[in-house]
Amino acid sequence: MSDFLSQFGELFASYDVLGAFWVNIQLTFWAGLIALVVGCVLALFRISPVPSLAWVGTAYVTVFRNTPLTIIMVFMTLGVWGQLKIQVSDDFPTNFFWLAVIGLAIYHAAFVCESIRSGVNTVPLGQAEAARAIGLSFLPAARMVILPQAFRGAIAPLGNTLIALIKNSTVAAAAGVATETSTLLKNMIEFNSSLIYAIFLTFAVGYVILVIPVGLLTTTLSRRLAVRR
Amino acid sequence: MSSQTRTVLFDAPGPVARRRIRWGNLVAAIVVLALAAVVLLRLQQQGQLEAEKWTSIFTADAWTNFYLPGLLSTLRAAAVAVVGAVVFGLVFGMGRLSHMGAVRVVSTIVVEFFRAVPVLLMMIFFWLLFAQKDLPDPSFWAVVLSLILYNGSVVAELVRSGVHGLPSGQREAALAIGLTRDQSLRSIEVPQALVAMLPALVSQLVVVLKDSALGAIILYPELLQQARLFGSGNSNILQSLTVAAVMFILINYSLTKAAEALGGRLRGRTAGSTGVQGAGLENGAGAGATLQAGTDEHDQQGLLGPRQG
Repeated sequence: MSDFLSQFGELFASYDVLGAFWVNIQLTFWAGLIALVVGCVLALFRISPVPSLAWVGTAYVTVFRNTPLTIIMVFMTLGVWGQLKIQVSDDFPTNFFWLAVIGLAIYHAAFVCESIRSGVNTVPLGQAEAARAIGLSFLPAARMVILPQAFRGAIAPLGNTLIALIKNSTVAAAAGVATETSTLLKNMIEFNSSLIYAIFLTFAVGYVILVIPVGLLTTTLSRRLAVRR
Repeated sequence: MSSQTRTVLFDAPGPVARRRIRWGNLVAAIVVLALAAVVLLRLQQQGQLEAEKWTSIFTADAWTNFYLPGLLSTLRAAAVAVVGAVVFGLVFGMGRLSHMGAVRVVSTIVVEFFRAVPVLLMMIFFWLLFAQKDLPDPSFWAVVLSLILYNGSVVAELVRSGVHGLPSGQREAALAIGLTRDQSLRSIEVPQALVAMLPALVSQLVVVLKDSALGAIILYPELLQQARLFGSGNSNILQSLTVAAVMFILINYSLTKAAEALGGRLRGRTAGSTGVQGAGLENGAGAGATLQAGTDEHDQQGLLGPRQG
């Protein structure tokens, strides 16, 4: 037992596990930020009364929600970088990091868009009618009546998208990011195959620790802020 | 766009608004077309639109040796995974509803664990583990087992929220005619919940198919991997990946539409709600099974979805 423990301790002294998780968190943060902005714009497009904008939003969501993330990530390296020669940075690791961020953002923006739209859809038509009936014009009605309720309704699906993004940041391995968790997991197991279970459990527990609080937080928030109807 | 005129944010437009919308429409269309033209021009400059990059895709060799075997591997893994996931989901979903505390706790831990761990990590782990144990076809079974564990956990949540979504009268009636709680669960509640969750199950298929592409990372010869091989062999990787993506999109889009149609048809066949989960809303993690993202209805389920209890 103590033999196992010392092996295990040695292993984690020689591999930077926390650093790998930090890379995933950074991927999640930047991709999440971009996806949030793009997703909001797409949601505006989709609910706008302008047909061509609505079409763009719908087309984007249909295409990227149905494409496997792995294809997008492979496309970012082999296609965008390899074939189209689009480079974000001269430094190789930095370049792949940002290509992965863009790939993750493109994919998750579709889900952010749908989350926000489903939030808007939780607001009953009567709310808008009542707002107009008391004399509010478009902007005040949107600002004071509809959007506050819509954002509350969007918290839970947005939280789910964030959780998916945290887990999907491991797919950055397919975009050439070599320092994140899934690549490190593979390397550690390949060089220390006797500790395979312990290594996997460590990484798995790491993700449980990352994901569960986000889930609990968004559930609590969406409950507490839920509009009672 | 008939539903567009009925959204909460926008009232039915009057003559002025209609004129503005027409202008906005025109401007937006021009901007979109201009953007598309810029992208096409860039592709043209890079020589990506040349005929020879595309012609090799429409040969018999491409399809009989790459795309079709790849698609078949994808479908094979997805099919086995779906069957496994439903069994896993039924067992642990009913486990989470059990009145025995220990069973409930164990099922909860299993389900929450496998929903939180990234599928890719599971795949790499099982792949290396199976290879270590000299099992046959380690990459196939790694893909299948990982998909079963993750999607099975999502299905377990579907079962649970499906049962929670039933009117309490169903269980009360079952208890009143003398069934035990387990009997009520097995023969009254879960069967109705199953009908209610069928549409959500179909859209979960989209997730299974998409996640099966992760198999490319552990060298399972599925559609993406085959498209990549073909693309690098014929120096048309961009085009080959596009073909694979289009195939995925077509299949997944049809599945999404089928799920929506099924949801409409099954309404009235069950006491539960047949709302389609925002199709492909991948992460069951915390996903309210009845979250209504895909439809335009104002359904309160959307708010009450996630993690009941």
